[in-house]
Amino acid sequence: MKARTKFLIGGFVILGTASYLAAKTTTESATYFLTPSELAARVQADDDFRENGVKVGARVVKGSIVRAPGGKEVAFTMEDSTGTTFPVVYRGIIPDTFTDSVEVVVEGRLDDRGTFQATVLLAKCASRYENAPGKPGEGGYPAGAQHPAGIPKTGAGHPAGVPTGGYGASDVAPATPTPPAAAPRP
Amino acid sequence: MILVGELSLWVALLMATWTATVSFAGGATRRAELVVSGERGLYATLLFVVLASAGLWTALLSADFSLRFVASYTSANLPTVYKITAFWAGQSGSLLFWALILALFSGACVFANRARNRDLMPWVTGTLGAVLIFFIATICFASNPYERLDWVPPDGRGMNPQLQNPGMAIHPPMLYLGWVGTTIPFAFAVGALVTRKLDAQWLGAIRRWSLISWFFLTIGLILGMWWAYVELGWGGYWAWDPVENAPLTSWLTQTAFLHSIMIQEKRGMLRKWNVSLVIGTFLLSILGTFITRSGVIESVHSFAQSAIGTWFAVFLGIAFVASCVLVATRLRDMEAKAELESMVSREAAFLYNNLVLVGIAFSVLWGTLFPILSEWVRGTKITVGPPFFNTVNVPLGLGLLALTGIGPLIAWRRASTENLRRQFTVPVLIGVATVAVLMLAGMRHFTALVAYGLSGFVVGTIGQEFWKGVGARRRMHGENPALATVRLVARNRRRYGGYIVHLGVAMIFAAFAGYAFKQEYDLTLKTGDVFRARDPFGHEWTFTSQGISQYERLNRQVTAVGLVMTKDGARVPGVLTSEKRQHVDSRGVPTFEPSTEVGLLEGHMMDVYLVFAGMTGEDTAELRLSFNPLVWWVWYGGIVMAIGGLIVMWPQAERARQGGYVTQLAPEHAGASPTPAPVGAGSA
Repeated sequence: MKARTKFLIGGFVILGTASYLAAKTTTESATYFLTPSELAARVQADDDFRENGVKVGARVVKGSIVRAPGGKEVAFTMEDSTGTTFPVVYRGIIPDTFTDSVEVVVEGRLDDRGTFQATVLLAKCASRYENAPGKPGEGGYPAGAQHPAGIPKTGAGHPAGVPTGGYGASDVAPATPTPPAAAPRP
Repeated sequence: MILVGELSLWVALLMATWTATVSFAGGATRRAELVVSGERGLYATLLFVVLASAGLWTALLSADFSLRFVASYTSANLPTVYKITAFWAGQSGSLLFWALILALFSGACVFANRARNRDLMPWVTGTLGAVLIFFIATICFASNPYERLDWVPPDGRGMNPQLQNPGMAIHPPMLYLGWVGTTIPFAFAVGALVTRKLDAQWLGAIRRWSLISWFFLTIGLILGMWWAYVELGWGGYWAWDPVENAPLTSWLTQTAFLHSIMIQEKRGMLRKWNVSLVIGTFLLSILGTFITRSGVIESVHSFAQSAIGTWFAVFLGIAFVASCVLVATRLRDMEAKAELESMVSREAAFLYNNLVLVGIAFSVLWGTLFPILSEWVRGTKITVGPPFFNTVNVPLGLGLLALTGIGPLIAWRRASTENLRRQFTVPVLIGVATVAVLMLAGMRHFTALVAYGLSGFVVGTIGQEFWKGVGARRRMHGENPALATVRLVARNRRRYGGYIVHLGVAMIFAAFAGYAFKQEYDLTLKTGDVFRARDPFGHEWTFTSQGISQYERLNRQVTAVGLVMTKDGARVPGVLTSEKRQHVDSRGVPTFEPSTEVGLLEGHMMDVYLVFAGMTGEDTAELRLSFNPLVWWVWYGGIVMAIGGLIVMWPQAERARQGGYVTQLAPEHAGASPTPAPVGAGSA
């Protein structure tokens, strides 16, 4: 047999094994990535869909965050542009970037009472460097925004509890959230 | 200056258009004056891109908050160094930064080739101009950093505290240098394809550029890992996040090219493959820039909603189709000049190395793009997680590690049994001994044992090569071991620099394997509470909470918890401290959510890693503590790889290039591995 043929056989064995592993784990670790309204639609169509672990990308409803003391549990409501909402309970370390109106990805499943039990909570990734809520791809000040007068002066005093007290939740989020699905480009 | 910068951006767009048009025309009509005009156009583009960048830097440093970009990413009290790095903190600025580096590289490339490769240069210049058009146009029309607000806010929003870190300040530039660096080889590939001059000439012209790109991609990846580890607080350095995967794929194909180029130089094989790798690496770089800059994959929103998505999609489409057409119409000019003779040969080892590298790159790309692909095919986004990446890539990675040891030592064409015995007996024994020692020490983790055995084997091959080379110099020249080592490396830079890179690779694999032994604990500690644990190396630790303290700093308010540690009963110096920081702007108004500073006790063999999650009541801290083995070996390995890369690409002194040092060494190596022949030759 020519060396070239042997090499090709070896190559196919390697790539074939890799592809087999890839195909197998793709099916095993595949997770739906949905918006709240897509999740609602699927659960309505087939109630067993609750059994699936899913990822949901959504926005945190302003003012809905309730942090349990200790910074390891939080409840909030998520919504999408259609107004579909789900209550969420998450247990674990809360990421620094998690705040009001931010876009989050939660991973977990919907329980029987319609609460999303999240095991993973990702707030908008820091590698996108954006500061404030905005359209995907471009944060910062939306064009023509008004002065962010919504920022209250919390006073110079140092807040007592770290993420739990004072400035943790709803009162300091910069104003001017933009609706997430503003004007889809063709 | 700001206005000058803004206008310069538009002039630069005109200049880049001129460059591309005139250069391509000059190449097609072979009119020298058009070619020269194109090259001058490129220098002019460079000038105006520099002015545009200087304008943005002026705006950042002078805190001109009328610009949306400045107001979005800086605040008046931001330290100056971070005002400078804010340039690449946002999408539009980082696109301009891309264009700036590309213009600088292009200028350097055209200048370096003013008297060389003249037949290729019109097409090279034109291609560089075309890529510049794309970036500058995207900046001008879709993501302009000079966009103004209707009103001037009193202060900006400040920089995300997680980006206020030295690693993050230099990580993006390194990555961009690496990514942009792939454009020059791509331009030469286009030039070689168009002119059908597909022999060794264009490879010689781009080897240095490919190395530079590889070097910066390596540094960028390692810095990104370091930043994720010390700043993000989840206790690891690699999460298969799209923004990590994107540069990894470029790095993998670039690495594959740097190996397969040797096969073409020595044996005239793999010519189509090499052109394809250069093109693929460039396309992956553009795609990677888009993925990291747009956040399109993490977002549940569809691809088209990103402002720059359409621009990138169209450019990638054009570049891909044009490249495919070029390659397809030139296939007959790229017939191999030799055939693979044996499966037991260096050619075969390198071919498998390429197969595995590209296989890993493809699987990473597949997993990364799966949400987008599934959206196209099934109308809904589906993601795959770390289990996918790990299952596929651990076996491929271990195979790659084995080839790292085999490739450089096995003979070209057809290895004899004698060659195999002489080259591999000692390294294999070292690998086996490594496994035996670890098993005696109680390690039973199969994958980790394989990884350590192979790492030992690779280190064995490298040690043996140095041993033989130094021994030969000592006998031949009577040099002492230190001098012999230095001269050995200095006079065979490609070869021994490559070994040093491989040493770094083995170190990093050992570190990855060590991570399998990580231990993690969730704790609730009151002041004075003690936590006891036993680390993976069997040492007994205690951690005693010192309570929680609060104080203020220049631009932040800090809440900190400290743990006093003992190891095997002895007090460990220092206090392990993790902080929550609330950053404030110049008026004392909090900006951002509180950020976490991890507490880190770093060691050569293991880190103790502490994350302050929050407080319950006055003095009770919620903590996550972990023992992370061998993390430092990732950083050490990265440094070693960078040093090796520098040695490989450092210009060879003229006398060594002509001299016969290598052939003097040859008796020892002649039969085994006749690599050294053209040391430095053609490494222009």
